[in-house]
Amino acid sequence: MSDFAIDVRNLVKRFGKKTAVDGVSIQMPRGAVWGFLGPNGSGKTTTIRMICGLLKANEGEGTCLGFDIAKEADKIKANTGYMTQKFSFWGDLTIRENLEFVGRLYRMPNLKQVVNETLDTLGLTDRQHQLAQALSGGWKQRLALAAVTMHDPKLLLLDEPTAGVDPQARREFWDQIHRLSSAGMTVLVSTHYMDEAERCDHIVYLANGKILTQGLVKDIIDDSGLITFRAEGEGIRRLLNMLSDMPGVEHASYFGSALHVSGTDRALIEAAIQTVKSENAVWEEVRPTLEDAFIALMARAGSDRRIHA
Amino acid sequence: MRLPAPLARIWAIFMKELTQVRRDRITFGMMFGIPIMQLLLFGFAINTNPKNLPTAVHVEDNSPIVRTILQGFETSEYYDFVLKTSDPRESAALLMRGDVAFVISIPAGFTKRLVRGEHPQILIEADASDPAASSNAIAHANMIVSRALRHELKGALGYLSADAPPYEIVVHPAYNPEGITQYNIVPGLLGVILTLTLVMITGMAMTREAEQGTLENLLAMPVCPLEVMFGKILPYVGIGAVQTIVILAAAKYMFHIPFVGELWVLIVGVTIFVLANLSLGFTFSTIAKTQMQAMQLTFFFFLPSLLLSGFMFPFKGMPHWAQIIGECLPLTHFLRIVRGVMLKGAGFMDLAAPLRALSLFTLLAVVVAMLRYKRTLD
Ligand SMILES: Nc1ncnc2c1ncn2[C@@H]1O[C@H](COP(=O)(O)OP(=O)(O)OP(=O)(O)O)[C@@H](O)[C@H]1O
Ligand SMILES: [Mg+2]
Repeated sequence: MSDFAIDVRNLVKRFGKKTAVDGVSIQMPRGAVWGFLGPNGSGKTTTIRMICGLLKANEGEGTCLGFDIAKEADKIKANTGYMTQKFSFWGDLTIRENLEFVGRLYRMPNLKQVVNETLDTLGLTDRQHQLAQALSGGWKQRLALAAVTMHDPKLLLLDEPTAGVDPQARREFWDQIHRLSSAGMTVLVSTHYMDEAERCDHIVYLANGKILTQGLVKDIIDDSGLITFRAEGEGIRRLLNMLSDMPGVEHASYFGSALHVSGTDRALIEAAIQTVKSENAVWEEVRPTLEDAFIALMARAGSDRRIHA
Repeated sequence: MRLPAPLARIWAIFMKELTQVRRDRITFGMMFGIPIMQLLLFGFAINTNPKNLPTAVHVEDNSPIVRTILQGFETSEYYDFVLKTSDPRESAALLMRGDVAFVISIPAGFTKRLVRGEHPQILIEADASDPAASSNAIAHANMIVSRALRHELKGALGYLSADAPPYEIVVHPAYNPEGITQYNIVPGLLGVILTLTLVMITGMAMTREAEQGTLENLLAMPVCPLEVMFGKILPYVGIGAVQTIVILAAAKYMFHIPFVGELWVLIVGVTIFVLANLSLGFTFSTIAKTQMQAMQLTFFFFLPSLLLSGFMFPFKGMPHWAQIIGECLPLTHFLRIVRGVMLKGAGFMDLAAPLRALSLFTLLAVVVAMLRYKRTLD
């Protein structure tokens, strides 16, 4: 059996003339927690759907949990928990009924007890008889995570599980993910949050249907070759437009109350900063963040040139 | 020039609505398809004065006069002689199966007794389970015969053409001697109600999953198409059973419709019919993208079922092409079964043909549904 939980090569998916995923290869070891990043429309959801057999790849091949993604979708489904990007449980069933339904499809023994425990962990025991559609957005996400992990899958595919979830709950979400991972589950999470990306063992960054880069957070930052300066102070609000067009500045953007200016050529950046320096802004060189690296990568990759159907 | 604010907003909504309607192909098609279909069906297929009804003849006297009488029946256009029989039991079976609407019998010695002025009888046995189909033909029988004989009864036989006709036409309106319309309509309603509700409910049940996004979840879990289909259909089999019981009870206690045949034969028929409709509804749900479209497909199917199955208008009175369409509809065959069992006392073997047709339809619908049901989101 392959050591990889996911081992796919050159996956291609076209919708009409548009190539949504264009030659994606992923070798993900068992037990890891990987982050799947990329701008809107870069093909994250489509890739995940191909991995769990919900979409047929036009080209490429591979295995998931050792099963062929083209031929053994049933076996993959039985051992995978897939949390969809859009809430897809039954709004006109109660919370409890949703969990019981899922449990029955996976033929779980001691259904009643497992559902009780799940409700308890979720903190939804009091509300178990409410219709799922009555839950707020964040609570729906929590219910979905509980439902897809209930049958103890070997692989978890989470598509933006924390979209719309409050910071406290997001933290709990991730604690839960790490707990599951240490219990042996393999987890692939797509997200738009950098702090979440930094909690992953490994990041795959997708843009325009292709993998732009992948690796450890630290390596991705180092490989970008960026030099970043950070300015703080009252005068920085006016500086952005002035700086972004200067030679050597790959991108300039606000991070909270600070301004980050990045590029690869130290001399040019320093020259650029020199021209706008004033007393009410304090400049210092900082280590580029993951977001700096991604913005630079995106700019270098160019705009989305795939045909828009 | 700028429009006043309310008009501008009405215009905005009008344009949005128009765009959405145009984009929904099925709805757009139905808006034209349904009226055109109605025009064609009501305009051409429906005939409340049915002619050319299939007739069997049972003649034991072969004289020129008898031949003239038979020719008279044929040229009247009400009767279409499809076969000759020599066995009275066979003619009963023909009527029961609905193969013919009439059996005309002319006994041996008819001509001899006619000449002697003994007023011999011509027997017309009619399938009167649908009074609308048979009544016109029966009403015209006397005139047809007297007109046919007008030329024969001249010269030497002139004495017979006095005031009263020299023969007697006896009509046996079988299965519904009093010509009560409800006898035909109420059993038929069972089929109509089952068709409408079951096709629509299953059609919508599956499209709802797609429309609400829960289909992706269902597909991601380990359950195969056949299992989904059976699981989805089963509750509605129960609903179909309840509907059947209610309608049969109403037929008996409210409308006093006779139930001549055996219940188990009807139950077999209803079961196959319910399955046929459910699998058809499931097939529709694989075509429709929204619940709205599923509903429209249902009506597109329901309308011809209502008009061409023989429920509202006599089946045998429709033009040939309409009968061919009618033969493809499950309701047509179910009506033969339910009317056969309740009014005519038809047994399982008598109904072999419609039962077979229904089973074939069901099988086809299941296969199409299975082929079209998608295991993936493509
Ligand atoms: N069913 C479909 N039909 C046509 N095009 C599709 C379909 N699904 C996805 N696409 C296209 O494929 C591309 C990739 O979409 P996908 O949903 O995988 O992106 P994503 O990375 O998940 O984006 P997001 O971060 O917004 O969720 C998009 O351009 C999208 O328009
Ligand atoms: Mg997505």
